[in-house]
Amino acid sequence: MSAPVSRFEAPTEVEAAVALLAGEYGARVLAGGTDLLVQMRLGAGAPALFVDVKRIPRLSSVQLDSNGLKIGAAVSAAEIYENDSIRSLWPGLADATDLIGSTQIQGRATWSGNLCNASPAADSVPALIACNATAVIAGPKGERRVAVEEFTTGPGQTVLERGEFVVEFEVPAPAPHASDAYERLIPRTEMDIAVVGVGVAIELDDAGAVASARVVLGAVAPTAIRVPDAEAALAGSRLDDAALDAAAAASTAAANPIDDKRGTVAYRKKIAGVLTKRVAKTAYVRAQAR
Amino acid sequence: MAKIRVETTINGDAAEFLCAGHQSLLEVLRDDLGMTGTKEGCTTGDCGACSVVVDGRLVPSCLVLAAEAEGRAVDTIEGVADGQKLTPVQQQFLEHGALQCGICTPGFIVAAEKLLEKNPDPTEEEARYYLAGNLCRCTGYDKIIKAVLDAAAVMREEPA
Repeated sequence: MSAPVSRFEAPTEVEAAVALLAGEYGARVLAGGTDLLVQMRLGAGAPALFVDVKRIPRLSSVQLDSNGLKIGAAVSAAEIYENDSIRSLWPGLADATDLIGSTQIQGRATWSGNLCNASPAADSVPALIACNATAVIAGPKGERRVAVEEFTTGPGQTVLERGEFVVEFEVPAPAPHASDAYERLIPRTEMDIAVVGVGVAIELDDAGAVASARVVLGAVAPTAIRVPDAEAALAGSRLDDAALDAAAAASTAAANPIDDKRGTVAYRKKIAGVLTKRVAKTAYVRAQAR
Repeated sequence: MAKIRVETTINGDAAEFLCAGHQSLLEVLRDDLGMTGTKEGCTTGDCGACSVVVDGRLVPSCLVLAAEAEGRAVDTIEGVADGQKLTPVQQQFLEHGALQCGICTPGFIVAAEKLLEKNPDPTEEEARYYLAGNLCRCTGYDKIIKAVLDAAAVMREEPA
């Protein structure tokens, strides 16, 4: 390990955490630790300072009102999935969160870690983007908001600057006839990294046709990506075959994956199309039911 | 560098220890507290052998820092039985022969206890998915799952 002994601090206020993170180059945020500690073991070495943010009350809070959800960055995936209101208002986002790792990992993993680790294959990210979520960031210059869609700039890279960390997520309340869905394809049944992940949110108009859609692909580009052409293909439709085929083709075209042991470029592009159709249908049916 | 002093509760008893910032709860349980029931299988949170419960939540102790245990309640395999009285999960593991080398067993038992606390009547599929983070290299899982489902039936006071 590069730092044989790490220090550990557990501040109870955001400002104190910012000061610790800004004050030391080797300081790292500890939320669930399910990426940080693994990377430590696999060669990155122990950080000089762990800043455990889980004792800051704001980071554990869950507030739901007519505007939507305001949720602390350190709330665990397990707690998110157990929340009946979150599951009913954002079922796709809840499903995506529940897919991360195992039951044990879920007891620790967080949206903020999933986002800040910035793996192209992160499961909660396409769903957060489909739901138009915003990350609230605290730092030395104060707080700022960044749409999750703009947060990741490349594999392992985010817009966070020195001393900054995510304190909350805001997810706007869905419109009356709107819902979302997320599915991924993995080689195994469970406990794997997405070969392709697709998150779709659909809002219906008063006549029951698609008023708007957000289609987001994960694991097929350096970051999660929206597919505007798929969204346009679905808009105004009732998810007839022509609209779905066009959306699938748009996702296949937009996907820009790599070849690796989990899948080839051609396979991932094809599956991006297949899942787009499947996930769009699920979101549509859920939107109709609301 | 000064060590961190942690005061915590383990299996209901007050406990305290000194640790370095980077040490995992798993390391401290096994190496410093001599509680070797919890096992190290992978150190990357994939195998479930290190499963413990912290503040009522099932977690991989290899991915919890020991310092995080301050003021929290930790429950390990050593606290599952009540003295010599085994739980239905433990009893069914014995009756079904649901182990060979036994290294995965503590993790499975801790996880299964938590499963049945949350869901007293799981389907086989629900049990398998809940326990997907517990890996076994010996048994092929069949007897483990049967033991868990039979323990659930016993706990519901139905015939196994």
